[in-house]
Order: sequence, then structure tokens, then C-alpha cells
Amino acid sequence: MRDAPGTRDYDWWLVAILAAICALGVIEIYSATHGSALAGMHLKQIRWLVVGVVLMFALSRVDYHVIMDQAPILYIIGIAALLAVLLVGHTRFGAKRWIPVMGEFLQVSELVKLIIIIVLARFFAEVRTDELSLQDLIKAGLIVGLPLALILKQPDLGTALVLMPMLVVGAFLAGLQWKHAAAIVLIGVLMLPAGWHFLKPYQKERVTSFLHPEEDAKGSGYQVLQSKIAVGSGGFWGKGFGNGSQNQLGYIPVRYSDFIMSAWAEEQGFKGVLLALGLYMALLLRLVQNAQRAKDRAGMFLVMGVAAALGFHVLVNVAMVIGAMPVTGIPLPLMSYGGSATLFVFLAIGLVMNVRLRRFVN
Amino acid sequence: MSYWFRNDNRLPQERLAAASYVIVGMIALLLLGFWKLQVIDSDKYGQLAERNRVRSIPIIAPRGRMLDRDGRVLVDNYPSFSVLLLRDDSAAVDKNLPAIADGLGLSLDDLKEQLNNTINLPKFQPIVIKPEATPADVAFIESHRADVPLLEMLMVHRRRYLPGGFMSHASGYVGEVSEQQIEASNGRLRPGDFAGKSGLERQYNDLLMGTDGMRRVVVNSVGKEMKEMRLSQQEAIPGKQIQLTIDYDLQEVAEKALADKKGAIVALDPRSGEILAFVSRPAPDPNDFAVRVSKEEWQRLNEDEDRPLLNRVTQAQLAPGSVFKIVMATAMLESKVPAENFTAFCPGSATFYGRQFKCWVYGKGGHGVVNLHAAIVHSCDVFFYNVGMRMGIDRISKYAKMLGLGSKTGIDLPSEEPGLVPSEEWVQRVFHHKWYPGSTISVAIGQGAVTVTPLQIAYAIGGIASGGVFKQPHLLKDAARVGEMHVDLAEDTVEQVTQGMYGVVNEGGTGGAIKLQGIEFCGKSGSAQIMSNTERNRLGKGLSQNKDNAWFVGYAPRRNPEIVVTVLVEGGEHGAGTSGPIVRDIVKAYYDKKEKKNQGQATTALRKDELGNSENRGTPESGKAAVKPEESAAVLSTSEKKKARP
Repeated sequence: MRDAPGTRDYDWWLVAILAAICALGVIEIYSATHGSALAGMHLKQIRWLVVGVVLMFALSRVDYHVIMDQAPILYIIGIAALLAVLLVGHTRFGAKRWIPVMGEFLQVSELVKLIIIIVLARFFAEVRTDELSLQDLIKAGLIVGLPLALILKQPDLGTALVLMPMLVVGAFLAGLQWKHAAAIVLIGVLMLPAGWHFLKPYQKERVTSFLHPEEDAKGSGYQVLQSKIAVGSGGFWGKGFGNGSQNQLGYIPVRYSDFIMSAWAEEQGFKGVLLALGLYMALLLRLVQNAQRAKDRAGMFLVMGVAAALGFHVLVNVAMVIGAMPVTGIPLPLMSYGGSATLFVFLAIGLVMNVRLRRFVN
Repeated sequence: MSYWFRNDNRLPQERLAAASYVIVGMIALLLLGFWKLQVIDSDKYGQLAERNRVRSIPIIAPRGRMLDRDGRVLVDNYPSFSVLLLRDDSAAVDKNLPAIADGLGLSLDDLKEQLNNTINLPKFQPIVIKPEATPADVAFIESHRADVPLLEMLMVHRRRYLPGGFMSHASGYVGEVSEQQIEASNGRLRPGDFAGKSGLERQYNDLLMGTDGMRRVVVNSVGKEMKEMRLSQQEAIPGKQIQLTIDYDLQEVAEKALADKKGAIVALDPRSGEILAFVSRPAPDPNDFAVRVSKEEWQRLNEDEDRPLLNRVTQAQLAPGSVFKIVMATAMLESKVPAENFTAFCPGSATFYGRQFKCWVYGKGGHGVVNLHAAIVHSCDVFFYNVGMRMGIDRISKYAKMLGLGSKTGIDLPSEEPGLVPSEEWVQRVFHHKWYPGSTISVAIGQGAVTVTPLQIAYAIGGIASGGVFKQPHLLKDAARVGEMHVDLAEDTVEQVTQGMYGVVNEGGTGGAIKLQGIEFCGKSGSAQIMSNTERNRLGKGLSQNKDNAWFVGYAPRRNPEIVVTVLVEGGEHGAGTSGPIVRDIVKAYYDKKEKKNQGQATTALRKDELGNSENRGTPESGKAAVKPEESAAVLSTSEKKKARP
């Protein structure tokens, strides 16, 4: 083992950005729930944050090479957990995603996301060529394909989709050839109608209501419309903390979780959005910087896997809130309320810290 | 540890940099999306949020009450609840419609039809789907607020009329506005609103109807009203109360007198044109229409042979019979054709143009030689046949029209009928043939083509007895402008005609049985055939439909009367026998009340002196406007008993 890094080596800027985002989340969770039956939710979120921070520092202490060493075993554990959740998992909101852990329900797929980041980083780190061969690309695709299929089976389209950018970004950095990329896009387009066939009815509904919101005034089209009303009515300056009518009167769907950006945008206005998205941009750019300064390709892939996952979360969630993408049920990292999702983000950042701590060590 | 990583330091810096640009581009795109919503389209979404949040519920303005001339309440309101359907969200409406129909006990098809009818209204405007909510409906709405957040209760004011169709043809009734009314109202009326459909309710709808207010409440996403969030509300402006010229006491006497009979009564003060009593029977009870009248009920009323929806005072156009002789007498004296001292011999019938015309005493002898006075007093047909023959139809027509027949009196009620005064020109125009001179003979005694309304008779007789001053009849006490018609009648004409009518009652004439002690009570009877004698014989005599209409017009005092009363009893046969006593009772009630009022004033004056009260109390009735009609009616009947045998 190499020398243990000191506290000075942590990325404190990254910690500060994370803390700021978490603070916005807690503030808005409080605003969205304080007058309702869900009051006190912000305290629960703080508890998750504390646990997350502890896990983050804990994970950063274990050399990522050691962790990546166990990639095959982690992969097997992940697949087994996904199978287990399909067999004995707890059904909530019509999908089998949860298994009970220490009195709380944890989403197995969040853990699997983390495992896939590690496994993919390991896989791409082992590719020695500057250009990614088709063979390796297909292998990587299969590594992701199995858990993806199992997650889709739960069904959890959102989480399944998050695996894709990890693969894409990984492959890109591993030297994806343009001709392969073009071929994949072409196949993807051709496969689209077939893929449609495999979607669950509620997923199809989400997509159709995204394309034709006026036809579905009470379903997810309604949710998006209410979200847009909330965002738009916030204006530039916002309605003020606790003053968003869409938020306070419950017009925004799951306003403390998936649609928290909608509540934030209503009460804080465009200036608040500027702050929030600015923080996310800082976070993502900071991750890329950490990747650039990683000691080796393994570390770089690890960090960029995390960046891909978080960036995709931010993009899909925020685009959904403003009606630019269909409703997929992907939370906004660290702002949306949620135990599993919060823990995933902190563990992922833990991996990033891990890489950072060891950048000067040879 | 395996050495799979081998410290490979070749990092794809270019591709990492590209990732940075992608991140910046992504965030910029998202910000662009927010900019569009929050800055460019902010107003639009602001309004949508407001519409989400705020629900406007109308506050219905109460309609103005109707009071009688002494301030007693004739038409009132009572509170009731209507069920509103909020239609903002049409998908939810469609989905919940069956549940709503089921819960409120409405027919789903009717409900759908109603929704279709209001499809052009703004979506945020709720519609009334059930006017009179039962306690069960209220419970249904309250318990389903969460799952059916489309129903709202609305406090409304329903009309309450006096029971039994009391004065209902004058008051009219209100009903849900029709499409035409909505279009004609310039946005003042909305579907589900109530407006006057007939009678005074319609005539003075603009006065009676107030302006609805608007309550704005904050509702959450499941339709629950957030009571703690208060918004400004626009108060309703109540409709104006109107005072009528109707005298409840006289109206009551008139209503009771006509009871189940088919006919009409109108009493008015010819000095002002104020209508004191107004009865048309049979009368529907407008309380039955106060909520919503069913199609069957409406059809039944329209097809009823007794025609309860016909306002007989202003719309029954019937032959006046002998009452018309007053018009003839006036015409004769004014035109001097024949001369004033004209006499005729009545053997019981007379022959004109080769046809026999009977006098009403035919078969019981004749009137002998009669002059104008005797002819009025005894209602001699033969005398007036002769007068009519000499005058000719156009002169009769000219004077009848001059005295207000054949045209509307201008009463403040909708749909008044003008009656008909025939003339040569009229026959030519309508029947395209020349006037048959024989027809003039019938018209001379108020038969044939001439028709009048009971109101016209009261108007004409009142005008003649007032020396040619015809005041426009009206029901609104504070009528802004009362029309006045002056007919130049010679003093002698008025004197002779009124003497004749005085004789009818007081000199053993046809109305000899209905004298009133101490009152110059005058009148004229009429028993008008509905069809000619020959026709009647053909159809059979016993049919009540073919019975003569009984008319009596009475007034007092003889000159410049204070009250004129016309009574029409359809199929009442004998004018003097059937209608005369009703007129007498009403005139008597009028004088009894007047006397009581004078006494009352005397006692008030006395009390005022005793107490040293300087306040001018006025008449006792107007002093206590809230006297219940029943109470004063009771007072009236005791005083009647007291005075019955003087």
C-alpha cells in the first residue's frame, strides 16, 4: 500500500460545492413540506446527508485500486442483488426496486450504478490500445447490458438509462472510433421502434404525453404542465421562500423529490436557477478536472464514470422539470429528497476523492 | 493485488476537455430553457398559476322584493343551495360525470346535454347543474371533495310567492334564462341565472335583478379551499325592492271572490291609473317554477283547456256584451247621432235588414218605449240596435277607439293584447269583403267582432266617469311617468252616462240587487254570448263552454271615481248576478278600509296629542310595513262582519 494521504489533499472546493447544493436541497425540501403532512422531511434528508458524508470519507480512504481489484466480485454481487430484488424485493409505487436494509428501504439499482462505474473503469483501464476495438466495445456493452436488462425488468427505466452515459463516456475516453459511434447511433435509431415495443404501458404513456402533453391533462402531461407553470410563474426573481403557490398548494408533483427543481425555480426564480445550475456546472467541471489530474487511466475512468452519471441525472431531471424531456423518475443529485440516491452520490464522490487523494502518489 | 492497471498514465486530455465543453453546453441549454419559461413566458405562466390557485365562485345577488302599496311583502326570497360544476379541467369532468350524475341523482344524458349547451362559455365559469341541493347532495359533495374536486355549492336566493297563485299573473315568475335572453343581455346574464319570465318579474327585471358578486378563494391541488388565505371579494349588489300599487286587502278579497271560477278581476284607481287588485284565474302557482319546471309540467300547463297561463286581465280578448253599451251611449251623446232625446220602442225584439234581433227580455215581454237613460239602466238591446244602425260601424269604431278600446292600455306588463274594434276598413283588410250592415247591429250591443280585455273595460269606464281623463294603468307605485290621455267629452255626456250607470245599481236596473248603502256605486253588467244563439242551439245548450261570459264593471263614486272594478267570469252567464256581487264586495272592501284608515288616523292623531309626540306617523299601515298579510286580512274580515248589517 502507498502512503496514506493527508486531509489537505481532499478536494475541499468540491466539498464546498456539494455542501452548497445540499443546502439548497434542504431549504427547498423544507419549504415544500413544512406546512403539510410531510413536515420534517428536511431533517430526514440531513440525516441521509450526514450518513453520506461519513461514507464518502470512509470510501476515500480505501485505495481505489484495491476497490477496482474486486470489480468482478462486485459485479457478481450487483447482479445477484438485482436478481434478489426481482425475486423478493419490496414493491412500492408499482415497481420492485427496494430491499429493506436497517429499517430503511434501499434501492438496489443505486448500488448497482456504483458497481457499474467501478467495473467499467476497470474494464476500460485494461484496454491498452489508443483506439477502442469493436470487440472491446461489444464486451463493454455486454457488461452494461446484463444489469441494464435486470433493472428494466423492475421496472426502472430511469436508472437503467443512467447506465448508458457511463458506457458512452467510458467508451469515448477509451478511444471510441467515430465509425463505431456512427454505427451505434444508426442501429439505435433503427432499433427505436423495436425498443418501443418493450416499454411498459406507463412508460409509453410518459413518452406520448411528453410528445403530446395536451392529450393527457391529468397524467404525466399534467405533472409536466404544472411543473412548467411553477417554473414560469416564478419569473426572474421568484416568489420567495415558502411563497410558491404551485409548490405550497401541491400542484407540483413530488415537489420535494423529482420535481424539487420546479419548486426551487418557482420560489427563487431565474436567479435561483442560475445559482443552482451554476453549482452543478462547477461540480461537473470540478470532476472533469479531477479526472484530468488523475494519476492513471483507472482513476480517470472512475472519476469520469461518476461525472457521466451525475451529469446525466442533472440533465434529464432538469430537462424534465422544464418539459424538455419525458418524465423518467430520475432525481436531481443531492437536492431531491431520497436516501438511496443521496448515498449513491456521496459514495460516488467518495470514489472521486479517492482518486484525487492518490494523484501524486506513485 | 494483480497488476492489471500497470500505472498507465496516458490520459485522453483532448477528450476530457471536450467533456468539459459538453458540460458547459448542457448547462447553458438548460438555462436557456429556464430563461424561456421564467423570463419570456413568465406572464403567461403567472396567469396559469393564478388560475390554478384561485377559484372564482359567484355570490348571487338577491332579487328585489315586491311590496304592496302599504309596504306589505308580496314576493320574497329564501336562501337555497345550488350545485356548481367546475369545468376548468374537461378531462376530469368527462371522467367524473357518471359519478356526479349518480351522486346527485341526475340523469347522465341530461347532464351531458347541459354541458354541450354551455360549451361556448369560458372554461373557468362554473355552471349550475342542480338548483335545489338536498342535504344528501350536500353530504355527497363534502365527502367527495378529494376524489371529485369539481363540485361546489353556491348560495342562491329563490323566489317565494304567496301560495295558491295569489296575484301570480301580475307578479309573473322567474326562471332560468334562455339562450335568447343571454344573448340579448350583453353579458349580464349567464346560463343558470334566473330572470323574470313573465309579469312584473319580467317587466321590471332590470330593477329587480341585482349584480352578482364574486368570491375568490384559494384552492389546493385537490380542490380544497384554503380558508386561511383570504382574497379580495366583490360583493353582490342586491336588486331593488319595488313597491306595487296593489292593495293586499283588496287583492285578497278579489282572489277569494273569484276562487275556482275562470275569469279575471281588475280594480284600479282612475285618478292615478294605479291598479289596486289584479286577478286572473285559473292561476299557476309560481312557486312551482321557482326552482326548475319540468317539461311535463310545462306541457300540461300549456295544453290545459282552462289556459292557466293566460293572463285574462290583459290577454283575454272577449266580446264585452252589454258593457259596450256605455261606449255606445257616450258615442251617441258625443256624435248626436241619433239625437239625445232619441227613443225606441222595445217589444222584445226588432228586425233589421230582414233579420230578427232579440232583446235580452225576449219572451218575457219588452221594455216598451225607452230613452237612453232607461236603455242603460235596463240594458235594452233594441234601443242600442237602433242607435247602432243609425250611427254606422265606422262611427262606433271611431268612438270606441277614442275611448281606449282596440289598443293596448300601456299597462306595465309584458304581452298585453289590444282587443279588436271592427270597422269597414278592417273587414276589407282581413276578410276582403264589404262590411255587412247587419253586423253593426250585433256590435252595438258588444257582440260580433268587437273584443276587449277586462283591463280595457276598467280603463274606458274609469276614463269616461272621470270626464275624459284616461290615466295609464300601472302596477309600479313609483312609476316615473304615467301616461295620460284626454278625451274631449261634453259635461252633459259624462253626466248622462254616469247617471245611467248609477241607475243600473240604484234605480232598480240590472244591478239593482247589489246596491251599497251610503256609497255612490255605479256599474254596468254584460252577459256576452260566446257564439250566436243559432250556433248554440245546434251544439246543445248545457255545455258550460258555451255559457255566456258574465261581465260587470262597477265604480264609485259616480263622478270622478276613486275605484273602478271589472269582473269577468267566463261562463258565468249573468253579468249582474255572477260578477256584480264580486264588484260590489271589492268596492265595499275599498270603502271599509278607507273608513278604517280615517278612523285609524283619527286615533293616531288623538294618541299623538296625548303623548305629545311630534313625529308624523302617517297611516298605521305604512307605519308598520312588516305587517303580515294574514294579520291584516283577519282584521279586515272582522270589520266586515261588524259592518255587514248596518
